[in-house]
Amino acid sequence: MVPVDYYIILSAILFTIGAMGVLIRRNPLIIFMSIELMLNAGNLAFVAFSNMHKSFSGQIFVFFVIAVAAAEVAVGLALIVEIFKTKKNINIDEMNSLKG
Amino acid sequence: MNSELIVFLVLSLVAVAAGLGMVFSRNAVYSALFLVLNFITVAVFYLLLGAPFIAMSQITVYAGAIMVLFLFVIMLLGAENLPPTKSLPWQKPLAYILAGILVVESLYLVFLQAQPDMVVTAPGASVNSMESLREMAMTMFNQFLLPFEVTSVLLLVAMVGAIVLTKREKAGQK
Repeated sequence: MVPVDYYIILSAILFTIGAMGVLIRRNPLIIFMSIELMLNAGNLAFVAFSNMHKSFSGQIFVFFVIAVAAAEVAVGLALIVEIFKTKKNINIDEMNSLKG
Repeated sequence: MNSELIVFLVLSLVAVAAGLGMVFSRNAVYSALFLVLNFITVAVFYLLLGAPFIAMSQITVYAGAIMVLFLFVIMLLGAENLPPTKSLPWQKPLAYILAGILVVESLYLVFLQAQPDMVVTAPGASVNSMESLREMAMTMFNQFLLPFEVTSVLLLVAMVGAIVLTKREKAGQK
């Protein structure tokens, strides 16, 4: 028997690690992975609450979050590939112009 | 100390360590593999929480499809080791301080509204039967039918968008 609070605490810690990754890394691929980690932490909290309330709505919301994350990754990685082709560099600090 | 709590504690250590390894490893391929490890441990948490369908989706969609896409792009771009660039000197300390504030704040909120009497017990065999899946499908296709259809449109838009973005127009060819 595990208290629900433990799952929420774990979710908060994972979310913080993801936020820290977004703040300290300069490689856009790693930043994307950190965003995935944050989404995953949110999903864990959703499933924990779904179990706590004995309702399926939380699990279905997680299903939608996974679908949105897949869409986001497809478009985001396409953008990164295109930026790399144009600028030969994917350092996030140098992406400061809208026109390539 | 019951067995479920031990499983939870060990797996949460693995999950946090994999998350930290993802953020701090220099090689992007290692980061991706650490993230796969993290996703798999979270899938086991889903199983403990009685959500087998979500656990399987997590492994097939996240650890399978999305991370393979990441690894493809990392190796396609040769972005395993980007050359270190000069970064802002106050950036890292500030990031650590902000992350510390975030975790303290969220833990404070959890303890403020702690409900120690609410416990999760690992589901029996009944949750893995078709009955639970049928109930979930009933919720999804009755209560959440419109969001489901909107999600399918979103996936179509993302697919078309990704193809349009990466397709290179040849010169002099419409």
